[in-house]
Amino acid sequence: MDAVNILTTKGLTKAYGGIKANTDIDFALPRGKTMALIGPNGAGKSTFVGMLCGRIPATRGDVFFEGANINALPAHQRISLGIAYTFQITSVFAGLSLHENVALAARRRLGADVAAVNAKVADVLARVGLAERTDQIAGDLSYGHQRLLEIAMGLAQDPRLFILDEPTQGLADSEVEEFIALINTLAGETTILLIEHNMDVVMKTATHITVLDAGEVLAAGTPEEIRANAAVQAAYLGTSDA
Amino acid sequence: MDFGPHLLLASLEGAVTAAILALTAMGLSIVFGVMRVVNVAHGEFYMLGAVIAWWVTSLIGGHPAIGFVLALGIAPLLVGFLAAAADKVILQKINYDPDRTIVATIGLLYIIQQTTLMTFGPDARPVQPPFNTRIALPWFEFGDAGFAMYWPWGLSITSYKLFVIMAAIGILTALWLVITRSKIGLIMRATQLDSETALAFGVPVDRVYMWVFGLGAGLAAVGAVLVVPIQQAHYLMGHDPLLLAFITVIIGGLGSLPGTVIAAILIGMSDGIISVFFSPTLAKIIATLVVAMVLAFRPQGLLGRTAH
Amino acid sequence: MTDSQRSQLLHLGVIALLFVAFFVLPTYHVGNLSRIMVLAVYAIGYNFLFGYTGLLSLGHALFFAAGMYGLGLSMELFDLTTAPALMVGLASALIVSAVIGFLALRTSGVSFMIVTLMFAQAGYLTILYFGSYTRGDEGFVIQQADRVLFGLDLSNDTARYFAALVLFSVCFLAVARLVQSPFGRTLVAIRENEERARMLGYNTVAHKLKAVVISGTIAGVAGAAYALLFGYAGATFATVQYSIFPLLWVLLGGAGTTIGPLIGVIFMFYLIDLSSDITSAYMLIAGVVLVLLTLFAPQGLAGELRKRVFKWMP
Repeated sequence: MDAVNILTTKGLTKAYGGIKANTDIDFALPRGKTMALIGPNGAGKSTFVGMLCGRIPATRGDVFFEGANINALPAHQRISLGIAYTFQITSVFAGLSLHENVALAARRRLGADVAAVNAKVADVLARVGLAERTDQIAGDLSYGHQRLLEIAMGLAQDPRLFILDEPTQGLADSEVEEFIALINTLAGETTILLIEHNMDVVMKTATHITVLDAGEVLAAGTPEEIRANAAVQAAYLGTSDA
Repeated sequence: MDFGPHLLLASLEGAVTAAILALTAMGLSIVFGVMRVVNVAHGEFYMLGAVIAWWVTSLIGGHPAIGFVLALGIAPLLVGFLAAAADKVILQKINYDPDRTIVATIGLLYIIQQTTLMTFGPDARPVQPPFNTRIALPWFEFGDAGFAMYWPWGLSITSYKLFVIMAAIGILTALWLVITRSKIGLIMRATQLDSETALAFGVPVDRVYMWVFGLGAGLAAVGAVLVVPIQQAHYLMGHDPLLLAFITVIIGGLGSLPGTVIAAILIGMSDGIISVFFSPTLAKIIATLVVAMVLAFRPQGLLGRTAH
Repeated sequence: MTDSQRSQLLHLGVIALLFVAFFVLPTYHVGNLSRIMVLAVYAIGYNFLFGYTGLLSLGHALFFAAGMYGLGLSMELFDLTTAPALMVGLASALIVSAVIGFLALRTSGVSFMIVTLMFAQAGYLTILYFGSYTRGDEGFVIQQADRVLFGLDLSNDTARYFAALVLFSVCFLAVARLVQSPFGRTLVAIRENEERARMLGYNTVAHKLKAVVISGTIAGVAGAAYALLFGYAGATFATVQYSIFPLLWVLLGGAGTTIGPLIGVIFMFYLIDLSSDITSAYMLIAGVVLVLLTLFAPQGLAGELRKRVFKWMP
């Protein structure tokens, strides 16, 4: 079971009507690494991870998690296998306390064991630096703190694969630095798939990079390889001042 | 009567039902289409139209046609203004939140219905039709004597019922032209597509909503004024039209205007035909179950298109 | 005192208050209270789905009627005794709510409301259609001989009051506990943000179906108890009006609060009771209350109290 790759896709394709958002994506995510998925706006990044975790049904192609084909599994069952997902647009339980938000994430695995859930919640909130706000209502938090809460909810699930969809979008510079530090403490603990626009974050966290362009894989490799790749420079890095 | 003439009679009655239903359902459909508001009080606006028609005609003496024409003008206007006011005072204040809108319009339903009960009373009251000539209809048959035409006893329709069908067609055509051709229609469609962008382009969305709500209620009132010489005004008469209008709008595809008309014809005709041959309760059971199933399995309606 | 101790105290206090009320209040109000408690059970069932799961049904009269007719018809047609008939009532509500839940949960939002409304309407018409068994709008009386449970004659005022109190207490405490359990918390999560709950790995459809069945079964038990305690089953209880009543009670009392349903029923009951002395158009009051509530107190009486004064209230 302990293959090199935790998740792979074969020929994964999504078409809306006649328009293809993703075309025949073959993708491999090495276990325990941090993979960044980059590409210009509209490259199909969110569609791709949407198909991984089951929010978006694939038109054709296969997704394998831990060697098993998970095409037929609905989203909630994929999450139960150990895939955690954070939304691109912050999506927390705005009417509930931080504690309850994270407890809901932890409780699916830990069940009715109140002590274990509470310990997990305290641990995770401390880790993202929200420990002293545990009784606040999530909707009252600042945007940056809601993003951190979102990450805490992912961590509370002890995921085997943690998918983060543009986690630093809308964060202040200092918050981005804290985020980078947080991700780096997770390195080796879990596998991370990061959709990210901020190249600084990518270069400081990712061990591997996959570049999507117009719904297809343009390049894949280590940050050094990607940096040196002429096609990537032309399509993406060259046009970005980040 | 033989089966053939009987069926023709049922179809004619069905066509009258369909005509009224098309008007009522169109009101509901426009309100839902433009505002995304489910107006549960729609049936009460219908009832109010009928009651006002009775009131106007009973005030005016002389030939019944004078009162009727006045009612046809006054009732929809009054009802429309009342609905627009209700929109401004209630629905706008709760920002058209879907759950709260439903609850508020349920409240409105009882307020209108019970106020009518207190003032108009619990009795059903008739309105004289402006004209009411009985027109006997012929039937054709190939018998022993070859092709023959005769007038079966009971196969007839009144001139007033024919007028109702024509009037409904006329009003709906006019409405269609207004929505597709005029500036008012353009503003309505823009608001329907994207109210925020419309607002940014200077469309007074609040006022559009207010008058669309009024228009929807006014259409129900027109239907009611037309029906009241056939059916009598009663404070509980809004219940069945509400249900039928809901059914029509859903079958036609929520918010689709041509779909609504086609569904109204389908449902009105089959209601007329089924009620002649089967128990009306059974017909209603089947109709409500069909609607529930359509919503559950084909939420875009029978004629609506799938959205992504 | 922790919050959960406080809320436990509150629940037991409410039950104690209802217990004492029997000895203190005049007969007329004691009679009213037994009716109020049974209707509050109905409201508790409704609140479980609307207040905690966030699903607004306009068809709960169908579940109430399923319980009522399950009990009444099995007595009328098959001569069942009280206890088995009560079980039939419960079972019919459970089955009906499972089927309706399965179908209606394919939709959401406004469509959910309309689908539940349509099914309930079809149910009401079906009761009328089989008028030779159900006696339609007129309804039928449950014989006094059939209203004896465990040796208690439920047509007796005292027995009726305490039977209603026991039923109310059981449902009140059970639901209060259930909404604090992991299952109940997940329902609240679904109410707050269904997509997020799904993407935390919860099977939201299965959770919602369970919520519909629990809610519908409680409503059905209330319907069966109503027929049993007050000796009558009629199609009126299957009308749209009886689907709207629990919504009204819960909104008035406070959706998503444990004591809201009881408060709402008491308030509405006496409001209608007082106004029906003045006018026959008492539903006018209900309409005005509904509109005022949506405008000024969307969280209901208990909800506003919780927001302003007792933040710990369950």
